[in-house]
Amino acid sequence: MHAQAELPDQVADEACARVGNDRHRLLDVLLTVQHRCRWIAPAAIDRIAARLGLTALAVRGVASFYSFLSLEPRGHITIRLCDDIIDRHAGYDGVLAAFEDALGIRLGGISADGAVSLDATPCIGLCDQAPAAMVNDVVLAGLTPERARDAARALKAGARPEDLVSPVFDSLSAHERVRAAVANNIRLSGDVLLGEVPREAGLRRALALTPEQIIAAITASGLRGCGGAGFPAGRKWEAAAREAAARRFIICNADEGEPGTFKDRVLLTERPHLLIEGMTIAARAVGAREGILYLRGEYAYLRDHLEAVLAERRAAGLLGVGILGTPGFDFDIRLQLGAGAYICGEEGALISSCEGLRGEPKTRPPFPVQRGYLGFPTVVNSVETLCHAARILDRGPEWFFAMGTPGSHGTKLFSVSGDCRAPGIYELPYGVSVQELLHLAGAEDAAAVQVGGPSGVMIGRDSFHRQLSFDDLATGGAIIVFSGARNILEIVDYYLSFFVHESCGYCTPCRVGNVFLREAIAKFRNGHANAEDVAYLRSLSATIIETSRCGLGTTSPNPVLSTLAHFPLVYSVVTKPSDDGLQATFDIQSAIENARGIAKRRSFVFDRDFSQ
Amino acid sequence: MSAPRKARVATVSLAGCFGCHMALLDIDLRLVELLKHVEFDRSPLNDLKHFTRHCDIGIIEGGCCNEENVHVLQDFRRNCDVLIALGQCAITGGLPAMRNAIMHSDDPLRECLEEAYVLSPYVTNPTHVIPNDPALPLLLDKVYPCSAVVKIDHQIPGCAPSGDIIYETLVQLLAGRFDGFDPHTIHFD
Repeated sequence: MHAQAELPDQVADEACARVGNDRHRLLDVLLTVQHRCRWIAPAAIDRIAARLGLTALAVRGVASFYSFLSLEPRGHITIRLCDDIIDRHAGYDGVLAAFEDALGIRLGGISADGAVSLDATPCIGLCDQAPAAMVNDVVLAGLTPERARDAARALKAGARPEDLVSPVFDSLSAHERVRAAVANNIRLSGDVLLGEVPREAGLRRALALTPEQIIAAITASGLRGCGGAGFPAGRKWEAAAREAAARRFIICNADEGEPGTFKDRVLLTERPHLLIEGMTIAARAVGAREGILYLRGEYAYLRDHLEAVLAERRAAGLLGVGILGTPGFDFDIRLQLGAGAYICGEEGALISSCEGLRGEPKTRPPFPVQRGYLGFPTVVNSVETLCHAARILDRGPEWFFAMGTPGSHGTKLFSVSGDCRAPGIYELPYGVSVQELLHLAGAEDAAAVQVGGPSGVMIGRDSFHRQLSFDDLATGGAIIVFSGARNILEIVDYYLSFFVHESCGYCTPCRVGNVFLREAIAKFRNGHANAEDVAYLRSLSATIIETSRCGLGTTSPNPVLSTLAHFPLVYSVVTKPSDDGLQATFDIQSAIENARGIAKRRSFVFDRDFSQ
Repeated sequence: MSAPRKARVATVSLAGCFGCHMALLDIDLRLVELLKHVEFDRSPLNDLKHFTRHCDIGIIEGGCCNEENVHVLQDFRRNCDVLIALGQCAITGGLPAMRNAIMHSDDPLRECLEEAYVLSPYVTNPTHVIPNDPALPLLLDKVYPCSAVVKIDHQIPGCAPSGDIIYETLVQLLAGRFDGFDPHTIHFD
C-alpha cells in the first residue's frame, strides 16, 4: 500500500545536494527528509551535519524547534487536527473521536503498521470553516464526525490524502486543487484588494518612476504594515534603501499564525500576482535583487499553486533578469516553506528561520532593515501590505490616503470567525466599528469579540461601538466572535496554552511566566482563587511584558489583562475570600497518597479514622 | 501606664538544615536589644513544642517534605498573624526539592527512597530495608515551598540569610514599616 520508507542517510544526501550543501537552507533539507521518511532519524541528522558542516547538535536543535519536524517516526499519512478554540466550539471533540475510532489510535498515536498518525496542531488558518485538519500537505475543511470517519476509512483502505480533496485531483491545475480544498468565503470586496484589480498596472507605473519616487508615493499614501504592528511601510523601505550594502532582500511574511487570521490565505489564493507585483515594486524601490516568500507550513497546500505563479511570471518576463525589458532591474523570488512555528511570524524569527536556524527572534537593534537576512538590509512586509503597495502605485497615493481614518489609511481585510452566520473575509476601510462588522457578519448575539487574535484584546458589548483602526482598536485583522454561551475563562486558558506551546523559550519570563499565568487561570476555573490571585495575575503579566524581547512575550498576557479589564465580573464571581490562610490548591490527601502505598500504613495526622 | 506588651515570636525548622536558625543567632549582641521588644513562644531555641498563646510573628525555616511539616505549618498559620518564610528552602523548597527532579519515573517517590537507602553505591544498608517505623511521618509526593501550602506574608531570601537582614527585617516589621528590601542587601553574586 505504501512504499517502504527510504533510507534516511540517502534521503539526507539528496536533500543536501539539492540545496548545494548550503547550511542556510537547513530547514528545506529537514523538510525534505521529514516529507520522505516521515521523521528526522538520528542517521539523517548525522549525515546532514556532515554535509552542511554543522554539528549534529545544531541540526538536532533546529529539527526539535519546529512542530512539523519530528524526531520520532510519524505515519506515512500524518493527520493534524486543528484544535483552535474555534474548532473546539465547532465540534472538534466529535471529529477527534471519529478519527480515533475509525483509525484505532489515540491522539498523539501512530498505527502499528506506521501508516497513519494523529496529532493536534494550533490554528491552521481555516477558522471560517472549522473544524479543519491537515492530512500530509492537503487540508480538509468543514469536517463533521461523519466526514472524518469516511476520510479515515478511505485512508485505511489505501486512498491518498489528495483523493479526499477531489476524486479527480490529478487532472486539476494547481489553482483548481486549492479551490477544491478550501472555500475562501469572501463576503465583502472593497476597492483596493478584492475588487477588480488590473494586472501589472502598478508595476508598469513603478518602472516609470525612480526608486525615491516609489518610496515617496508609499510614504504619501500613509500605508502601514498590516501584520498587526502597523509600522509605516514607506519608512521601512526608505531605511533599507538608505543602508549601504552589497545585497538587499525583500521578504514577504506569509506566516500568518495568529489564531483567527486567514486573510493571507485568501490573498495568496486569489491575488498571488498582485502580491508578487508588490514584492517586485518593493525590490525596485529598495534596490533588492533577491526575494523570499515565507509560506507557513500549514499552507503547504498552496505551494504548488504559488510556484506555478512564480514560474508563469518568470516566463512572462515579470521576474528574473531585466524585468519588463528594464536593463539592470533583476529580481527573483524563492519560496521558503515554514514548519509549524507561530513565532516565525515575528520578523526576526522569520529571518532566523530563512537562514536555517531555530526560529528565534533576534535582538533589536540592529533592525532587519539595517542587518537582516544573512546580515544584509531586509524589508519584511506582510502579504496584505505588499498587495496594497502594488495598488497604491497603480491608483496613486492620494486615492489610498483618502480612505480610512487620520491615523490609518486605506482598507483592511478582516478575518471574521466564531459565532456568526457569515464567517469569512470582509474588506472595509479602516474606522469601521466593531458593531457594523458584527452586523455584516450576522453576529447579533455576540457577547465578546477577540480583536486581533490572542495577542490582541477581548472586548465586551460596552465596547462594540469602538473603531477598528490604529487610533482606537489596532488589529492585524482577526475578529473572533463569541456568543454568550461561551466560557471566557476557557478561552483565556486556551490562548495561554497556545502561547506556552509557541514561546521559543529564549526569554525565561515568557517561557516560564506563561505557564504560571495558565496555572493561575486554572485556579480561577477550579474555584480556588481569592482576591490576591487577581493581583498576582496583574503583576506577573507586567513582569512578562516588561522583560520579554519580542512581540510574543509582550502580548501573551493580553488575554488575561483584557478580560480583567472588560469582563471583571467573570473573575469576581469565581473569586472567594480566604480567611484561614490555607492554600485551597494544596491537597494533602493526594500529596501523601503515594507514600501511604509505599509505607502500607495510613497517616496519624490526616486520616481521621485512624485506629490501631 | 504599663509598657506595651512584647511581640510574641514563634520559629520552626521544617525541611531545612537549621542553618537559618543559626543565622538567626547571628544577630549576635543585637539579640539582647531585640529581646527587650520580643519574647519567644514555640521555638527550638527555647524547646517549647507547642504554642502557648497566639503569636504576632511566625518564622518558618525549610519547606514541606512530609505530612508533619504540613501539619506544623498549618498550625503556625492558625496561630500567627504574620508568617515569614526564612531562607531558600522555605521560599522555593531549596535543596530538599532536588528530589522533585525525579519526574520521568512511574513511581518517583519509591525510586527516591530506593536510591537513598538501597541502590546507591555509597549506602551501607546490609538489610536493604527502607525505614518504615510507624512513628515516621509519611513523605509527600514532592517537596513543596511553604507558599504552596499556606499563605506567606513575607519572604527573606538567602541560604542562609545574613543575620543583618534578619535583624533589619524584624525591627522594621515590629515598627510596622517594613516595605521590602533594599536590592543591594539581597544581591548574592
